[in-house]
Amino acid sequence: MHAYTEKIREAAQRLLAEKKVDGVIGFRMGTIPMMSEPVFIRHADQVNQLVWNGFCGVNLANYLVKRKDRVAIVAKGCDSRNIVLQLQENQIRRDQMVILGAPCQGMVDRRKVWTFLKGRDPLQATEDGASLRVSGRDFDEVLDRQAFLQDNCRICTHRNPVIYDELLGDPVPEQTGVDRYEDVRRVEAMGFEERWRYFEDLIASCIRCYACRNACPMCYCPTCFVDESRPQWVGKTLDPTDTRTFHLLRAFHMAGRCTDCGACERACPMAIPVRQFTKKLEKDIKELYGYEAGVVPEGRPPLDTYRPDDPQDFIK
Amino acid sequence: MNSWEPKIIAFLCNWCSYGAADLAGVSRLQYPVNIRVIRVPCSGRINPKFILAAFRHGADGVWVSGCHPGDCHYIEGNYYARRKFAVLKHLLEHTGLEPGRLHFSWISSAEASKFAETAREVVEAVRAVGPARHFIKTKPMWDDIETPLQAACQAEVG
Repeated sequence: MHAYTEKIREAAQRLLAEKKVDGVIGFRMGTIPMMSEPVFIRHADQVNQLVWNGFCGVNLANYLVKRKDRVAIVAKGCDSRNIVLQLQENQIRRDQMVILGAPCQGMVDRRKVWTFLKGRDPLQATEDGASLRVSGRDFDEVLDRQAFLQDNCRICTHRNPVIYDELLGDPVPEQTGVDRYEDVRRVEAMGFEERWRYFEDLIASCIRCYACRNACPMCYCPTCFVDESRPQWVGKTLDPTDTRTFHLLRAFHMAGRCTDCGACERACPMAIPVRQFTKKLEKDIKELYGYEAGVVPEGRPPLDTYRPDDPQDFIK
Repeated sequence: MNSWEPKIIAFLCNWCSYGAADLAGVSRLQYPVNIRVIRVPCSGRINPKFILAAFRHGADGVWVSGCHPGDCHYIEGNYYARRKFAVLKHLLEHTGLEPGRLHFSWISSAEASKFAETAREVVEAVRAVGPARHFIKTKPMWDDIETPLQAACQAEVG
């Protein structure tokens, strides 16, 4: 994967020198281990900041919305699907972007590593193929990388970018035989009261910071429904009803648009598995309308179109 | 408990179901009085926010009714609405809303008898699931509702 770093730097250098782009959106090392941070490189002499590793989970497509300049962007499989959606929704034009596609092996969930370390402070984290080495003052652990992937990466079926100008490495084999909706079906097997409780417990710790909304590349309304005040559709308190209304509406806005990139979940300071809402929608959209978000650039999103014979057995 | 009557918010399309309600009235068709009608220009106007707001303010049920597919005054509003409704209903029921609370129907302005019949169906379905216990933020200003609510809460606490 570190071969990508060289390729990203080389491409950034070249594109900036040829003035094909005004900037490059990529990652640089974060200030603490396992936290690569997004960076915007505008000058060729800064390209050495760019890196690629297993901690680049942030969805960079978030920085594309309503851009006016030309940029190069490093895109994993999920990021590239978000770029497709933003093209469909006219948030950016294709000729404004040079997409550096990064076939992805899944991103490491820093929280899982922290949990494993039980309070020991990691000072360095490096990867070597399928292993992840975390070391600190008086420990040195070699972990199985696959076991510490983000939940959404473990069930990812689109690891290779669907849209790109340059590919940073050979396409990786897609995961087969993954059960994407195991947890959704577990909830579907519950009774209604049990479901209500399940989600009540799920969002009980929500502090309504809206980090999930801000991290999401598909959330770009000029005025978000949570900020509307006349009329105020969503209360701003921590009342369970308000919190649930927020989560339901946020999820509903993702219907047919969510690529399950996991940005919401990794941004959540309370570690709420908010994908439980969006995954149900993803499953329904797939079952009802046979649509998968951001896979094909042509066509319209499922809630922006219709077929005369859409299922309507729930309507009297 | 016996005095509890379901309170249902009905969003009716101006061009069809609202007319059907009017015709039902003019034709002296009997239907239950538990329905509070909100007139909307099209079923496509319905935003999930409205439905959640109705529940939040204490509605026991919500009923959305629009024109039959193909008959929309705005040509295709109800087609888009149909997709939204399907996804929303599935999501709400997935997260624990009882299936009897949220209803959808297509009723043209000539179908007064279907309107009356559907109204009865909706009211009976909501009556069967009982007073709303979830989603309520604004407590309903209705003693008849509060007593069973408190009883239900008590029963849950044990």
